Amino acid sequence: MLIKDGIRMDGRKPDELRPIKIEAGVLYRADGSCYLEWGGNKIMAAVYGPREALPRHIQDPTKAIVNARYNMASFSVEERKRPGPDRRSTEISKVTSEALESVIFTELFPRTTIDVCIEVLDAEAGTRCAGITAAAVALADAGIPMRDLPVACAAGKIDGTIVLDLSSEEDKEGEADLPVAIAPRNEEILLLQMDGHLTYKEFEEALELAIKGCKEVVKLQRKALLNKYKTFEVE
Amino acid sequence: MDIPEVKRVSAVKRDHLARLAKEGKRPDGRGPDEYRPIKIERNVIKKAEGSARVKIGNTMVLAGIKLEVGEPYPDSPEEGAMSTSAELPPLASPEFEPGPPKPDAIELARVVDRGIRESKYIQLDKLCIEPGEKVWIVFIDLHILDYDGNLFDACSLAASAALQKAVIPNERYGFGDNEPLPVTSPPVSCTFVKYENFIVVDPNLDEEQIAQARFTVALDKNGDIRAMQKGLKGSFTIDEIKNNIKRAQIHAQKIRKLLEE
Repeated sequence: MLIKDGIRMDGRKPDELRPIKIEAGVLYRADGSCYLEWGGNKIMAAVYGPREALPRHIQDPTKAIVNARYNMASFSVEERKRPGPDRRSTEISKVTSEALESVIFTELFPRTTIDVCIEVLDAEAGTRCAGITAAAVALADAGIPMRDLPVACAAGKIDGTIVLDLSSEEDKEGEADLPVAIAPRNEEILLLQMDGHLTYKEFEEALELAIKGCKEVVKLQRKALLNKYKTFEVE
Repeated sequence: MDIPEVKRVSAVKRDHLARLAKEGKRPDGRGPDEYRPIKIERNVIKKAEGSARVKIGNTMVLAGIKLEVGEPYPDSPEEGAMSTSAELPPLASPEFEPGPPKPDAIELARVVDRGIRESKYIQLDKLCIEPGEKVWIVFIDLHILDYDGNLFDACSLAASAALQKAVIPNERYGFGDNEPLPVTSPPVSCTFVKYENFIVVDPNLDEEQIAQARFTVALDKNGDIRAMQKGLKGSFTIDEIKNNIKRAQIHAQKIRKLLEE
């Protein structure tokens, strides 16, 4: 039983997000960075670049390469994960790179790379959405020109009910998971994955809910970015 | 990763540091025997059995402890085992590259490992479940988040702090209630570098980049030596090494107080 009388196991309503905390500009060496807590997830994201793409044969003379790397710390999960990339993180890195690239004005920086590092330090369901959300803040913090601030959030289905932002138990026991990343201004879909079982009608409902969630999260991203610059006092 | 090589430092910066060194000064205004501010935060990762985030100046590392049930080594059938690894992800520095651990990361992990192992900080003899069959294996994973020099001391301190409050995850394996990981008193590591015949403790990145030689010593609570490592291509005189150890004994006492707070 994952939901009873419209209340989920962790006390949330179906359309309620887990608590989210975002901080921009937390690392000294990186060009842009973000620390994000989303429920039990703790994510550190850093951006380096645009910088010369090396080796030179990977350079694109017309635009920058966006290279995101999603990595889980070995201690971020229940059973220790062997350090280094696996098939899952390689796929997430790929779809994340593609999602972020679609909002970046890459044509401004030919022959360069924009490297986005996403480190999952503590994991509790929904790390790819949290990673993209953190990466977007780090990109903005690095001053990378973007046509919108990308944001991600998942919806899913538990005990036949469409809910927002699955928890760990809901992800394991639930019937479907639908992570979505959007450019919030015009609701373009930048990333969409799904596993489980949804009818077409349920999908419509879940997508609408995920987009609603994204629009909540983007407010927190903007606040984090504004906060960083608020700390400069004007005399 | 590659620790940035001397050739990557601009001549202007190198001259500047050399000029300061002749006057006994450091680029960030510290004295030769002054650490940057140290900050330790424990239990920052819920999924880990123990964790600590340590900052030394702008350098930031995260140590996470995981315990697994495994087979003991044939020569110590009644003892648990430990394994230390360090990850230097490209997040932490523009110089770090993704990929399997490179020699620098392996040296770092092994030096931290030796300090902990040789000071018998983890009571491995208390980590036996079934002699010859099942023991606890303690994994110490060091995750570098921001690299501004002196990873050796930051990692050693993070590992010590994380182990200090770690638990044995009995519940996860159906062995009853969780219990504290049995530990004694932690080793404290102290690192020096030498450039322009100037030897300083806790080098920052600029100093590490032009350093000719590096020296790390891990001390126990009596100030006795439990592990040492000399690194890089330059050399120390015998007196310099002896003097480094004496300087380290004073620093280690102060750092130990931070761990005991």
